[in-house]
Amino acid sequence: MRCFWILLLWLFFQGGMVAAPPEFSPVAPGRVLQFPQDFGAHPEFRIEWWYVTGWLETEEGHPLGFQVTFFRTATYADTDNPSRFSPRQLIVAHVALSDPATGQLVHDQKIRREGFDLVYARTGDTDIRLDDWVFVREAGGSYRAQIDAHNLRLQLTLAPTQPLMLQGDQGYSRRGPETGQASYYYSAPHLSVIGTIHRNGKTANVTGTAWLDHEWSHELIGPGAVGWDWVGANLDDGSAWVVFQIRDRTGGVFWAYAALRDASGQMTIYAPEEVHFYPERFWRSARTQATYPVATRIRTGEIEWQLVPLMDDQELDARASIGEVYWEGAVTIVREGKPVGRGYLEMTGYLQPISR
Amino acid sequence: MSAALLSRWLLLGEWRAHRWQCLVAILAIMLGVALGFSVHLINTAAVSEFSAATKSLSGVSDLTVQATQATFDESLYPQLMQTDGVAAASPVLEIMAGVPAKADGRDDPALKILGLDVFRAATITPDLLGIPAEDQPFDTLSEDAIFLSPAAMEWLAVRPGDALQLSLGTKTVSLRVAGGLARAHAGQRLAVMDVGAAQWHFDHVGLLSRIELKLRPGVQHAAFKEALARELGAAYLLMEGRDQDARIRNMSRAYRVNLNILAMVALLTGAFLIFSGQVLSIIRRRAQFALLRVLGMTRRQILQQILLEGGLLGVLGSLLGLLLGYAMAAGALRFYGADLGAGFFTSLAPSLPLNPLAALLFFAMGVGVTILGSLAPAWEAAHTHPGPALKSGSEFVALRALRMPWLAGLCLLLAGVLTQLPPVFELPVFGYLAVVLLLVGGIAALPYLASLSFSTLLRGVDAQGRGVLRTLILARLSNASSLAAIALGGVLASFSLMVAMAIMVASFRVSVDNWLAHVLPADIYVRTMIHQDLRGLTPAEQQMIAALGGIERIDFMRSKSLLLDSARPAVTLIARPIDTRDPANTLPMTSDALPPAQMAATAIPIWVSEAMVDLYAFETGKKVTLPLTDPPQTFLVAGIWRDYGRQFGAIQMQLSDYRALTGDQHVSDAALWLASGMTAEQLITALDDLPFGTSLALSQSNQIRQRSLELFDRSFAITYLLELIAIGVGLLGVAASFSAQTLTRIKEFGMLRHIGLSRRQIRRMLGWEGGLLAGFGITLGFVLGVAISLILIFIVNPQSFHWTMQLYMPWTWLSLMALAMLGAAAMTAFAAGRRAVAGNVTQAVKEDW
Repeated sequence: MRCFWILLLWLFFQGGMVAAPPEFSPVAPGRVLQFPQDFGAHPEFRIEWWYVTGWLETEEGHPLGFQVTFFRTATYADTDNPSRFSPRQLIVAHVALSDPATGQLVHDQKIRREGFDLVYARTGDTDIRLDDWVFVREAGGSYRAQIDAHNLRLQLTLAPTQPLMLQGDQGYSRRGPETGQASYYYSAPHLSVIGTIHRNGKTANVTGTAWLDHEWSHELIGPGAVGWDWVGANLDDGSAWVVFQIRDRTGGVFWAYAALRDASGQMTIYAPEEVHFYPERFWRSARTQATYPVATRIRTGEIEWQLVPLMDDQELDARASIGEVYWEGAVTIVREGKPVGRGYLEMTGYLQPISR
Repeated sequence: MSAALLSRWLLLGEWRAHRWQCLVAILAIMLGVALGFSVHLINTAAVSEFSAATKSLSGVSDLTVQATQATFDESLYPQLMQTDGVAAASPVLEIMAGVPAKADGRDDPALKILGLDVFRAATITPDLLGIPAEDQPFDTLSEDAIFLSPAAMEWLAVRPGDALQLSLGTKTVSLRVAGGLARAHAGQRLAVMDVGAAQWHFDHVGLLSRIELKLRPGVQHAAFKEALARELGAAYLLMEGRDQDARIRNMSRAYRVNLNILAMVALLTGAFLIFSGQVLSIIRRRAQFALLRVLGMTRRQILQQILLEGGLLGVLGSLLGLLLGYAMAAGALRFYGADLGAGFFTSLAPSLPLNPLAALLFFAMGVGVTILGSLAPAWEAAHTHPGPALKSGSEFVALRALRMPWLAGLCLLLAGVLTQLPPVFELPVFGYLAVVLLLVGGIAALPYLASLSFSTLLRGVDAQGRGVLRTLILARLSNASSLAAIALGGVLASFSLMVAMAIMVASFRVSVDNWLAHVLPADIYVRTMIHQDLRGLTPAEQQMIAALGGIERIDFMRSKSLLLDSARPAVTLIARPIDTRDPANTLPMTSDALPPAQMAATAIPIWVSEAMVDLYAFETGKKVTLPLTDPPQTFLVAGIWRDYGRQFGAIQMQLSDYRALTGDQHVSDAALWLASGMTAEQLITALDDLPFGTSLALSQSNQIRQRSLELFDRSFAITYLLELIAIGVGLLGVAASFSAQTLTRIKEFGMLRHIGLSRRQIRRMLGWEGGLLAGFGITLGFVLGVAISLILIFIVNPQSFHWTMQLYMPWTWLSLMALAMLGAAAMTAFAAGRRAVAGNVTQAVKEDW
């Protein structure tokens, strides 16, 4: 539920006047996810993303938050166009690093059309490339992320330590009250990370834990929704916790979802009415004047969770490229006053509603 | 009395007494400076504008990869992207599309479209990104969207949201104007769309025109370029910004230099006028200067005084010249365009920059030339002994010093030698030097030649023993030839230049006319809207045309551009049926051709234009490779033909050879011969009625011929203007020197009145003198002019434009000019005489003390 770029692209490509528009698959319940095929891309669906977030630690023990994201979107480009340059699929990638030592995000982004083996999201298994930015699932099942951004170089290996976590009904994840307002969605929590981060002329060895989301669908957000809040967290006891709410225009909740899987694999799924977000502390961005609830209390069923941000300023001002601003950052999860795990919080639609 | 005050008195007195003389000198300098300055301004503006516009197309690219042909296979793009050292690559497909809405206008109905990948272009050519409407941000990827520069939008009279019809070959494409460009170069007509859409709509799937590369920081550009050039081979060219500049400068260089030199000649004429004015002035003021010397003025002061007088005229003339030059440049840019009608830089609107350095240079040249013109007379005046100078008749001593037959001989000899030298940096520098030397030599030889011919005439008259007046006139002319020569200098310079230009332009025009007749043998020519259209007519369309009734013969032609050298403009390749046995049946051959017997049966012949020989050393019989195919094929140069249409070179080959080599079955043009009983109008109607008829441009050969000659005249407009100015300056010079001379002879006329001549007779005498002198000057000017025209036709033109032409003498025009000049000279002499004899006879003689 984390993706914004895609949403924008999706909006932009609504209803082109094309002679031979492409046809896309709808999302319907009952599909059994097949692996490794479903690790790969699904070009027959409009939108898709691989979203890695996590906490890292340098050899000196400094904490860092990181985000590596690849999006794919199919456009309404005319299928009659025989040109290899025809922009049928666009690949977007995004990298960000949260360092409390600097108090700001370091980030970079790229958008390209698929083609010429320079840019692609392959089917069959995770294999994505955007020039020299690569995200690939290797033979042993580990992921390799290699990002050569203008201000940051990441080289990370992410090894799974737990089975996949299929969200919703065996990977069919609803996003709204209507049928079809859904996506296929699985997560890979508790990925064990090792690698290097190069920035400002220095290379640091890092280790940590990350979370991968892979989601694809036809529609992104229901009419009337303005933004969402999403959290994915690796808890210290081996549990994996995911929660999101989609807010509507009136400030109410359009849809919500939460799931908690304990170390033994026991999965608890919460209905929309069992999920509640209670903002506790706000932070106002001096850059954009947007106000974000950076510290939030969340109730899922009987459990109360507290979110404590690694730093307040994890706002991403991407207005220059996609015209949007959002907050995406590392948070510590606190339960009954004690830190129980670490994760990522995404908040969108706080400067202006997402759907314009 | 202070020296400054005296100097001012002398100066103002002289000027007040000889207003006309001063005015002519100022005018001459002004015209010379104005011409030079305006040519410089116009060209700098045009070249820098063109260069900036071209650069804006490459953005911050470090290296542009381009093929020798207009397009290449897109597989090079991923290959380059994965080359070490490349940070970013932006693929570009450039299409010259036709604009049907503009097909009937005066402008070339072509719109340059760049097909870009917006994501790749963003880093290298951010200025060229389309700016979509706010609610359609991804229109930059839309297949039907096109973005236009402000100039293009204005030219096409469209606004965002409008539909725009474009064509390539016979295919029509309808696009939607989706917005403007991020930062188009002012005045540049340009359109941008998605590269995938451009490939598709304009039938260029799989092809690109160029790839802009940005290299990684730290990569050695020169080494990278060299390694890549080796890897890519001869079919590709790598260009940096520098090469582009060189190409642009090369494009108009010959034209520019020729105009500049014409301006120099105008300035030189001005210098002659100053010189003759100063000589007359020091002769007139000989007694005055002698008196001043006696009263204590030093030689140095006299020298300074004369140089100051001349220099001030020069300063005034140069300043006015700068102003006039700027105004002329502004006017010419406005009415003729940046290339003065020559057609190098179209679809640009340059602004006129103020360049203080250039202004200073031209100012200095104007003043320098004046000082140079005054130097010899001033030196003579300052070094005369005051005693003899006070006596009457001593002026001829002064003039003797200016008689330099050895200088004349030397100049003419040197001119002869220089005509034999090759060009320097592809410019006919020695040719122009020879022209200048001919002029200088001719003027230096004038006194000698005048004395010789008039004394011969005098002997003839003496033998007949009739007519006092006649004897008087001839005696005066033969004995005072130096003074006469000074009046003649200006006439000679301007008339000979006029004659030279007239002969050159006439020869060129006649040659072009004959050439047109030769290259346009068919009755009707068919092509698509855009010249060298990349698509042209498909085989099916060719068949439909050929199947029309009433056609006796049809020739198809394929024409495309080939970039053989990154520092030169592209050459044109034309493939068409050519009579191999006698290529002169098809092409306007020069005598230089290989007999068919000497050609190996396997050799593929090409026939090249004269420019190819000069620029690329494609000599007859030589084996050359052309990057038409990969690997490049070897061809045999079978002959040279004359081409006035493509200054940068053209190559012709058999259409069948071209098709066999490239597999390209499309054509650009068709030439149709009417069958008997068919009229051109009927065939044109039939062509119009074809399904693709509206996208064809049909012309009858006589229309093309007429249009070409119109273009020719337009491009020589500036030359005609220069000719008129030369005539004007020459006539002013004649008028001024005659009236000045006449005034110096007031004593003489007084004497003649005393011995019984009537005023009328003196006036007649003066008229005759003027006429004879002018006639002599015109005759000599004609001879000199013919010599100069020969240099222009046989040296300057081949060396700078790489074409030869036949000599043609425009007798009518030449006689008219001669008569006008003669009449004007006689009239001014006559008018000057009126003033000379108007005064009191006694008073006139009294002056002789």
